[in-house]
Amino acid sequence: MIAIVDYKTGNLRSVMNALTRLGAEFVLTADEKELRRADRVILPGVGNAAEAMANLRDTGLIPSIMNLRKPVLGICVGMQIMCRHSDEGDVDCLGIFDTFVKKFIPTEELKVPHTGWNTIGNLESKLFKDIKSGEFVYYVHSYYAGLCPDTIATTRQGILYSAALKYENFYGVQFHPEKSGDTGERILKNFLKL
Amino acid sequence: MVAKRIIPCLDVKNGRTVKGVNFEHLQDVGSAVELGKFYAREGADELVYLDISASDEERSTFTSLVEEIALGINIPFTVGGGISSREDASRLLDAGADKITLNTAGVYNPELIDEIARKYGSQFVVVAIDAKLSDDDGLWHVTTHGGRRFTDKELFSWAREAEQRGAGEILFTSMNHDGTRRGYPCDAFARLNREVSIPIIASGGAGSVNDIAKVLTEGKADAALAASIFHYGEISIGDLKKQLSEQGITVRL
Repeated sequence: MIAIVDYKTGNLRSVMNALTRLGAEFVLTADEKELRRADRVILPGVGNAAEAMANLRDTGLIPSIMNLRKPVLGICVGMQIMCRHSDEGDVDCLGIFDTFVKKFIPTEELKVPHTGWNTIGNLESKLFKDIKSGEFVYYVHSYYAGLCPDTIATTRQGILYSAALKYENFYGVQFHPEKSGDTGERILKNFLKL
Repeated sequence: MVAKRIIPCLDVKNGRTVKGVNFEHLQDVGSAVELGKFYAREGADELVYLDISASDEERSTFTSLVEEIALGINIPFTVGGGISSREDASRLLDAGADKITLNTAGVYNPELIDEIARKYGSQFVVVAIDAKLSDDDGLWHVTTHGGRRFTDKELFSWAREAEQRGAGEILFTSMNHDGTRRGYPCDAFARLNREVSIPIIASGGAGSVNDIAKVLTEGKADAALAASIFHYGEISIGDLKKQLSEQGITVRL
């Protein structure tokens, strides 16, 4: 059973639909007991990091999330709020990943938000089992997490940044595996097997 | 580097896709969900579904269709057509749409862009602009109702305003080129690219692979949207992307 943390963030439906397509059982919940019971936890996220942090704080779930020892996957803003700090709303985050979230600076060649399919490389985790460097995944974001020792995948958009992060049982992906076609489905399946 | 996107556009009426030349003559080309899945398998990077229903009853059919699409396909999709309030946007978000397009309602009620972007994020809001190059004053005039009505807005200033109000992407259709299959106005797209920093989707006018290649290079567009050349099977999305790649354009293969 997978627990998807319900903290009033944007489009939860797409994560639920992706798990349904994979035949995985899940529950959308803000109940601490459900988080403890689950085999895996997904922290989704769309929108503003400061609002996401405030909403997550309102659920009262932060201490239990930090204490989880099962695989946890943050997606997009869900990943960003697992970093130390985000410039989006100048907010201190969970500090699980040892990096900071900064804004892309737009240029004529570099559109912001970074929207669309981009490649992942420097893959270093079982999360990317059988995924090749250079496969494309789908991104929509204006802020990025810098490289750090927790980086397990990178993407280049003007600069090289963290496409995915890992610290112990905590994983985070900046892209949307639930919208990344077959590649995304394989990454989600890998997460279900961790 | 982010890949250039190829986006088939499906006009939907009563759960079926239709495509009109210049939006006026409609011809049925298939089931919306099945066609979407087919395009996703072929390598489409995203899908756009436009609801061209006239009645409220048909609108609710469209919402259930959006739920089916969201469950059936594993790539992003945008929905549009007749969205005129935050409630419409919220209904489609709940049904599973990744983005919505705002067109006429955004022109007449620009605060709607701010309101929806603030509530659901800029990534959810694509502002669609149908503009017509006037041979009278040489300016691109924003139009509504499928190009039939002029407004007091000009393309480039309206695009900048839409960006400031929180649009995440601009979908620009030249009403002089739409349905003609003569290619896109690349100079207008290149200028649009200089005027705004959000991604631009080029729509309306694709007749060949070269037209699409040109708007993505000379026109600097981030994505190309087309309907008839895909619906009638003249070129498959896979072949198109392969040919674009051979011309040195970054695409997801």
